[in-house]
Amino acid sequence: MTATAKAAPAPQALPQPKRDWLPILIVPVLALVAVPLIGNFSGWLTLTVAGLAMGMMIFIMASGLTLVFGLMDVLNFGHGVFISIGAFAVTLVVVPLAGMVQADSWIQNVAVLLLCAIVAMALTGALGFAFERVIVRPVYGQHLKQILVTMGGMIVAEQLIHVLWGADPISVPPPEAFRGAVLIGEAAIERYRILAVAVGLVVFAAMLLVLNRTKIGLLIRAGVENGEMVEALGYRIRRLFIGVFVAGSSLAGLGGVMWAFYRQTLTPGMGMEVMVLIFIVIIIGGLGSVGGCFIGSLLVALVANYTGFLAPKVALGSNILLMVLILMWRPQGLYPVAKR
Amino acid sequence: MAEPLLTLAGVHTHIGRYHILHGVDFAVPRGGITMLLGRNGAGKTTTLRTIMGLWRAAEGRIVFDGTDITRLATPEIARLGIAYVPENMGIFADLTVRENLILATRERAPDARRLQWIFGLFPAMEKFYGLSAGALSGGQKQMLSIARAIIEPRKLILVDEPTKGLAPSIIRNMVAAFRELKGTDTTILLVEQNFMFAQNLGDGVAVMDDGKIRHAGTMPALAADRGLQQRLLGLSLDAHQ
Repeated sequence: MTATAKAAPAPQALPQPKRDWLPILIVPVLALVAVPLIGNFSGWLTLTVAGLAMGMMIFIMASGLTLVFGLMDVLNFGHGVFISIGAFAVTLVVVPLAGMVQADSWIQNVAVLLLCAIVAMALTGALGFAFERVIVRPVYGQHLKQILVTMGGMIVAEQLIHVLWGADPISVPPPEAFRGAVLIGEAAIERYRILAVAVGLVVFAAMLLVLNRTKIGLLIRAGVENGEMVEALGYRIRRLFIGVFVAGSSLAGLGGVMWAFYRQTLTPGMGMEVMVLIFIVIIIGGLGSVGGCFIGSLLVALVANYTGFLAPKVALGSNILLMVLILMWRPQGLYPVAKR
Repeated sequence: MAEPLLTLAGVHTHIGRYHILHGVDFAVPRGGITMLLGRNGAGKTTTLRTIMGLWRAAEGRIVFDGTDITRLATPEIARLGIAYVPENMGIFADLTVRENLILATRERAPDARRLQWIFGLFPAMEKFYGLSAGALSGGQKQMLSIARAIIEPRKLILVDEPTKGLAPSIIRNMVAAFRELKGTDTTILLVEQNFMFAQNLGDGVAVMDDGKIRHAGTMPALAADRGLQQRLLGLSLDAHQ
């Protein structure tokens, strides 16, 4: 080996890749355009925060699925069941710890919430592991069968929720500290929505950190693009598949917890009800793109809120309309992932 | 005579309904560059992919450095010390040059001396180290693909048509890089259609046709025998020369 005398390059001296800011800019532009249309600032603020909170919850629920889609090429129509089970896992904590839920103590309220998240993520992670082994693994590379068996798995799991928790809706009010609203001027912002925005931002930052700053993150990004080459470099991609599936299921479980306290009512089909929205979000974002999924979630939620206020009749189809417009602009989604 | 580094014995490979390799027998000696030549569809790429475990051999045996790798999974084969540079280069376009190289190392980061050596071979890699690999030109992507294969010492590198679609100046750069690699302990099995390139670099040569090895010998012997070239490689040879 003939080593040259050149010094290792200083990263700051290197040319930087061109960043694609346009999709990111759509969110603030959309929010600004909505100000004159809504007409009053407090109404706009309420709608915007509600939209952001909703968007963050959709992102938490959808982020795992977009990675599973991108990395494993698996169409998991059963993803919604992890959301439902995450939501129902809340009862395992709030029923025995009802005193802490109602306590007039921030610490106890936050502790209950954290415990709900841990229990739900552990439960859905374990279920995800079994789901991948038993249901998904035999049908890798066979999309039609994937749709059929994951939907079958979802139906079975939904019926299991009926058996374990009963068919009647269960009420789960959020811990005391996250009830009620905060007044900003004339706008009443629900505390739980502020929490949802904060949790969504933390999850997004954590995912960016893992995907961009760790080797496992690099492997996931590389695997989304070209799994065969990842194997040729000596990495067992099947293990990565299991890890990502479990992580995706856990995130759906966390999303389920947030969704449960937001709706305050649990029904066995609650996860499946948001699946259409989740699929729209990951298609808009670009399959396999976490950043795209984040922007897509915010866009879908904000557009739904604004149109719901301005033109309620249009609101029903606003998500589909948004998806059509974005796919006409960028057919592979906002942040398409390069595929081999 | 030293035991070959890689031996293929009676290897048959099917892709779907198609029977591509019909009993491939050949050996790659330790050190130097062995060229695998043949016309389009002869089975060269299939041979490399079968060695790498990306397509399974239906019959036959592949032995690498004393280990039977016929039934091993691709990651296990790679971990034995085989690097693969596919025809499509297989770079990760969404990752930077640096991240592509990090993934090819077992350690947390590439060895600094080795990295500098690679920068000496391919200066573009230094220039675009922090840049997205998708922004590189075709030639630069090929350089990255090879750099990734040599970022750590490997016993064997399988390279599939590295000159395909590249400008002559980049091919000259590639020849220089492979010449330098010949001076290391690494053995290279290189699939090529450009006979000029192959003649410049090859120590040994095997020629494939219809999924079988038709000729195996030394490159100087093949280069000196125009009749043999014509018989094995046909008219396409003149176009390359």
